[in-house]
Amino acid sequence: MDLALAPETLARWQFGITTVYHFLFVPLTISLAALTAGLQTAWVRTNKEKYLKATKFWGKLFLINIAMGVVTGIVQEFQFGMNWSDYSRFVGDIFGAPLAFEALIAFFFESTFIGLWIFGWDKLPKKIHLACIWMVSIGTVLSAYFILAANSWMQHPVGYRINEERGRAELTDFWRVLSQDTAVTQFFHTITAAFLVGGAFMVGIAAYHLARRKHVPVMRTSLRLGLVTVIAAGLLTAVSGDFLGKVMFKQQPMKMAAAEALWDGEAPAPFSLFAYGDVDKGHNEVALEIPGILSFLANGDFDSYVPGINDINKMEQEKYGPGDYRPNIPVAYWGFRWMIGFGMASFALGVLGLWLTRKKFLLPAALRTGEDEVPNLVLFRRKALSPRFARWYWITALWTMTFPLIATSWGWIFTEMGRQPWVVYGVLRTKDAVSPGVSQGEVLTSMIVFTLLYAVLAVIEVKLLVKYVKLGPPELTEADLNPPTKIGGDDRDADRPMAFSY
Amino acid sequence: MELHDVWFVLIAFLWTGYFFLEGFDFGIGVLTKLLARDRKERRVLINTIGPVWDGNEVWLLSAGGATFAAFPEWYATLFSGFYLPLLIILFCLIVRGVAFEYRHKRDEDRWQTNWEHAIFWCSLIPAFLWGVAFGNIVRGVKINAEMEYVGNVADLLNPYALLGGLVTLTLFTFHGAVFAALKTVGDIRGRARALATKLGLFTAVLALGFLGWTQADKGDTASLVAMIVAVVALVAAIGTNLAGREGWSFAFSGVTIVAAVAMLFLTLFPNVMPSSLNEAWSLTVTNASSTPYTLKIMTWCAGIAAPLVMLYQGWTYWVFRKRIGTQHIADAH
Repeated sequence: MDLALAPETLARWQFGITTVYHFLFVPLTISLAALTAGLQTAWVRTNKEKYLKATKFWGKLFLINIAMGVVTGIVQEFQFGMNWSDYSRFVGDIFGAPLAFEALIAFFFESTFIGLWIFGWDKLPKKIHLACIWMVSIGTVLSAYFILAANSWMQHPVGYRINEERGRAELTDFWRVLSQDTAVTQFFHTITAAFLVGGAFMVGIAAYHLARRKHVPVMRTSLRLGLVTVIAAGLLTAVSGDFLGKVMFKQQPMKMAAAEALWDGEAPAPFSLFAYGDVDKGHNEVALEIPGILSFLANGDFDSYVPGINDINKMEQEKYGPGDYRPNIPVAYWGFRWMIGFGMASFALGVLGLWLTRKKFLLPAALRTGEDEVPNLVLFRRKALSPRFARWYWITALWTMTFPLIATSWGWIFTEMGRQPWVVYGVLRTKDAVSPGVSQGEVLTSMIVFTLLYAVLAVIEVKLLVKYVKLGPPELTEADLNPPTKIGGDDRDADRPMAFSY
Repeated sequence: MELHDVWFVLIAFLWTGYFFLEGFDFGIGVLTKLLARDRKERRVLINTIGPVWDGNEVWLLSAGGATFAAFPEWYATLFSGFYLPLLIILFCLIVRGVAFEYRHKRDEDRWQTNWEHAIFWCSLIPAFLWGVAFGNIVRGVKINAEMEYVGNVADLLNPYALLGGLVTLTLFTFHGAVFAALKTVGDIRGRARALATKLGLFTAVLALGFLGWTQADKGDTASLVAMIVAVVALVAAIGTNLAGREGWSFAFSGVTIVAAVAMLFLTLFPNVMPSSLNEAWSLTVTNASSTPYTLKIMTWCAGIAAPLVMLYQGWTYWVFRKRIGTQHIADAH
């Protein structure tokens, strides 16, 4: 059969497409839930209207986004059984448990309380309604944990033994699956990256409005919140990424060697800035490197030995039998670079943004901006930017919001493709994981269906987001400012239209 | 009772929960074209399930996840075997979920009409296909010695399974009509009740046929009891609906679903997916299950989480207990 259309290839493409698509919404959902909850908390505590307006504005964008995250997540769960039934048979005893935990503990939580939050504005007292969005936020984070614990087991299987008789892996220590260092570091790295996505999203949209001098109090608050989030999350993402890198060097040396296009082991090992190589011959033709840095990333010192792709391939051939154990090296190499590059660029722009929008400090009185004004974008101590330059800065901020999304998508592609040809590293090969009973036509059909559906939905979603972004925060009504005091709503409202309806 | 038997019951419970709760969601979706006379009434119907449908749908994800964890072989055979029907169901669930959330987000008439078509068809099709799927599970499908499904799509479209599909479709629509009568005020409430009576009688005929067929084919005493409970509850649901006791009627239509699903699982046990090629190749609770260790952990999880879920989901229904009518729907959208 033509390899390009082999069920394994198609199933992998389908998994890649549906996962990356799903993962566009997940980080934004995780971070926007928490940021919206934070804004609503600020409203409950201070009673300032700008916080309520901000809550409603970001809450609406959050809902448009989470709707897509939820429905595309359903596909993820069933795809294992549909396209990867031999995988499911082999690892179900282990892999199924965190998935079931996710549904029973996290997803129920999230989905139930989201309904309460959306429809609860006129049915729940202020503080209980606030608690609901926090519950949603907790649910999204828990969800991420269970899913990443399951994925980490594929990256680095622990707490299991192979049952030869039944031909499958069996769980021996569930706690190890949940608590192993891969799971913990992947979790922190993914969550912090999620906040980078959400922070940049907020910055970009706030910048859009501020450039037009609209909705200033709400957007000013959002801009600062977004910038602080980007910077804090950016720092933590880098730190957790370093930890994760070190864990990977130990557990998946091949993945990291591929990420660096390091063909042959070196001591000290350099960090590659740019490389162009010949995969078949196994060497780089062009390489621009900084000496010693890779040794540091791998082991925390500047001169230790790091094994290369060719060495590891040989080692794995001795261990697992003949075969090619190299992942797609250009994808790993460039994926790693896009991830780090776009992540760092977001962080740098966040720092610049926070410095440019300073309110009071280090500025002469004439250049300070008040609470309700568009920030001056002061570049130097005594000089504000000209309006034309200021506009360019706002536009830059708007485009920056896509950077972390590019970074997280590539991060995901890197981590998943870097593990090939293994689906469970060192235990089960991807080609042994597909559904033997499912035909090429079936996988092709479902791939076309999902890809087309996702493409159509992407257009719809982006159009809706743009519409509601442009609309800006809503005007508050009497009902918004006087939330009910009783659960189920006050009797005075018996025949009043619902605060929110589909 | 061993742990894999417990898990058989728990998975039956999760599917029952799904069909009970998402059953009336599907029903409401179908009724947007059968019962509602204009957009505002359609919106009343959609909003009766607005705050809860998302949580209801998670029962499916739990059932899927729990099957994966407790009976990996069942999960693998079922979802790779029923590939195309499942693809259609997933397609519908995606479109339907998005439709609920996005329909009101733009004011153009065409936009809203399109999403309303989506809500109707993407409720109707899964409601039908779930019945087809379960009909086939109970009846047995072509499974070989390697636990692989070796039949094709046409094999799944046999009369018994198709009848099963009609039963779930009509039963869910009836359940939805009773729910609509319970949750609305005004003109639409009366019409929901009248429609429920008609749908109920129609459902009763089909359900009696399907359950009777199941009983004749695979039944024992326990399944007979479940069948009788299902039929009596259905009659009681129709009767109480006629008498205007909407709460009772909804409880009874719920019992009908619970008993009917219970009957299917009773006839299934100890198989989880019988093979029609060779009795010995059937997937059973023993040969399809996970290890006792995994099942033990899962039992702890379900034992703590499931009651909690029912508690807070129940609370949601309490928060949104008030009936709604056209006066509660703002004019925009």
